[in-house]
Amino acid sequence: MTVAIGRRPATPARPGLLRTEQRQGLALMSPTFLFALVMLAAPILVVIAHSFWTQTYLTIDRTFTLDNYRIALTEPIYRDLLMRSLILSMSVAFLTVLLAYPVAYYISFHGGRYKSLLLFLITIPAWTSYLLRVMSWKVILGYNGVLNTALLGTGIIDEPSTAFLYNTNAVLITLTHAWAVFAILPIYVSLEKVDRTLIEAASDLGDGPIRRFLRVTLPLTVPGIIAALIIVMIPTVGDYVTPRLVGGKDGVMIASAIEVQFKRGANWPLGAALSVTTMIVITVVAVSCVGLLRWAAGRIR
Amino acid sequence: MPDRPMIEIASVTRTYGKFNALDDASLSIRPGEFFSLLGPSGCGKTTLLRMIGGFDTPTSGTITIDGQPMLGIPANRRPTNMVFQSYAIFPHLDVEQNVAYGLKRLRLDPAEERRRIDEALAQVSLAGFGKRRATELSGGQRQRVALARALVMRPKVLLLDEPLSALDKKLREQMQVELRTLQKAVGITFVLVTHDQYEALAMSDRIAVMFGGRIAQVAAPKDIYQRPVNRQVADFLGGMNFIQAALVGENGTAIEVETMGFGRVTTPKPAQWSGKGGAVTIGIRPERLRVLWDQETARHELSGTVVDRHYFGEITHLVVAIPGMDAPLSVTETNDFGADDIPVGAQIRIAYEPDALVAMAD
Repeated sequence: MTVAIGRRPATPARPGLLRTEQRQGLALMSPTFLFALVMLAAPILVVIAHSFWTQTYLTIDRTFTLDNYRIALTEPIYRDLLMRSLILSMSVAFLTVLLAYPVAYYISFHGGRYKSLLLFLITIPAWTSYLLRVMSWKVILGYNGVLNTALLGTGIIDEPSTAFLYNTNAVLITLTHAWAVFAILPIYVSLEKVDRTLIEAASDLGDGPIRRFLRVTLPLTVPGIIAALIIVMIPTVGDYVTPRLVGGKDGVMIASAIEVQFKRGANWPLGAALSVTTMIVITVVAVSCVGLLRWAAGRIR
Repeated sequence: MPDRPMIEIASVTRTYGKFNALDDASLSIRPGEFFSLLGPSGCGKTTLLRMIGGFDTPTSGTITIDGQPMLGIPANRRPTNMVFQSYAIFPHLDVEQNVAYGLKRLRLDPAEERRRIDEALAQVSLAGFGKRRATELSGGQRQRVALARALVMRPKVLLLDEPLSALDKKLREQMQVELRTLQKAVGITFVLVTHDQYEALAMSDRIAVMFGGRIAQVAAPKDIYQRPVNRQVADFLGGMNFIQAALVGENGTAIEVETMGFGRVTTPKPAQWSGKGGAVTIGIRPERLRVLWDQETARHELSGTVVDRHYFGEITHLVVAIPGMDAPLSVTETNDFGADDIPVGAQIRIAYEPDALVAMAD
């Protein structure tokens, strides 16, 4: 009997699909990936398909038509609502970033050993339901609300103001607060990545605190700012809950119009066309914002 | 006033909590000098450099640059520029914009600005690289950009924080020569921080050797190498044979000692001579001991047995046991006469000059 020395038994061949690490990785994530793909793509496809059809009372006429888009783009009410939604979501995004940047900056540069704790504290409001947070803004901004009471108490106003709630500003305030965390985190990450020696180098070359912020820190954190803007802008365009609860008549946004078409209006194709239009417009706006910011950052010398 | 020091460091101490990063350091650096702060990591050399540049503040003591006290003056208003260890090249700017960074604030005439940028890039042999992005440069090129960016500001003092440590050996040696040449050409005072003794010896006019937050010795490279004040300095700068000796007599400038092996020796008093106790350490560098071949004789010689040998290409280290001495001597011999062929166990004679023997303070 001979004994083979130094030779390992051959490992059973793996199925061809799993031979390389890359393929194994793909196989590992494919269930989730397929699930996400189907759940994302299917509804979008359904919406896109509907947008080219026509509602005839209870049934849907499946002949191709662009009528819905014509209405969505030319009907003044939809144009106005879309414009208003866009302007509002852009305002929310810019305001959020403007307010989030100093917070992120403070945590990153002056947080010291409390960085993790501070980040943790910032996420706390997000623990409660979104609805509850919107409702609490109603309590703050309302006629007998916290803000009015405080202003009355300090004698700044003589009678409660109705200017705080049920208008665009209320939507702006509520959304800015709700999305603050999502803006702080990406900006914080990009600030953390800024090599502190670069800031020292800037000051070595003669720049004071403001100039070195504008010439080094800010341009290097543009990716974080862009991420924050997009993360806030895109979901807020289609926000439905906040305008509904605190927006009043002025605060109505495109999502409300879409809702009406899918429910009371019973015109799914028009609702679908409005949705698709909104998606396209927000994509274009977001991409232009990114381009504009990159360009602006490139101009800083 | 040509005799006024460019940098005057007076009793500077820097403490972090209970840790003394720098302990009562005093130093005077001359205008146009290439000065090195040499020491192991944690000796306080970088702390001192950063305090000169304005990136750290002394806990006590004063720093004066060109006659001007630096207390409360931030980095951006000091007449110094720094080449950072990581180079700190702005990644969002190209080479030219990096070099122009500090000039922008001066609001120069565009033609003048252009001229100064080109001049600085030429000084570091980077002409034509202006439009490259920082991310497209090699380590050596990044180092040159950092140098150009600082030089273009025409500082009174250029601070270099281990600028060559990230480069490979060959490039490092080339840059040592270039830096030295550049410094002579521009005439700016250079203060270099390094832990590499060869770098310090090769480039500096003077060196301050630091240990544990204290300045142990300040001297020209040759003096610091040949006449180290204590064992620590001697050891840090290269191989040294330490020989125990007993004090026999002393006068104002010299001491006479009785050594094992080397007999009675008279040598200059070390700088920090305490004069206490009878025991003295005498040192001699391994390369100051020379192998005697065949019938060759010398005025001062020792004989012993080779107990170990280490081959280093152009040189061989021989470890030689000398009868009557408690520790063997290290002898470095170049291999041009065949020192690499001397076997372990061989009886050899070695020659030395008594003036190569140096007394140390501890």
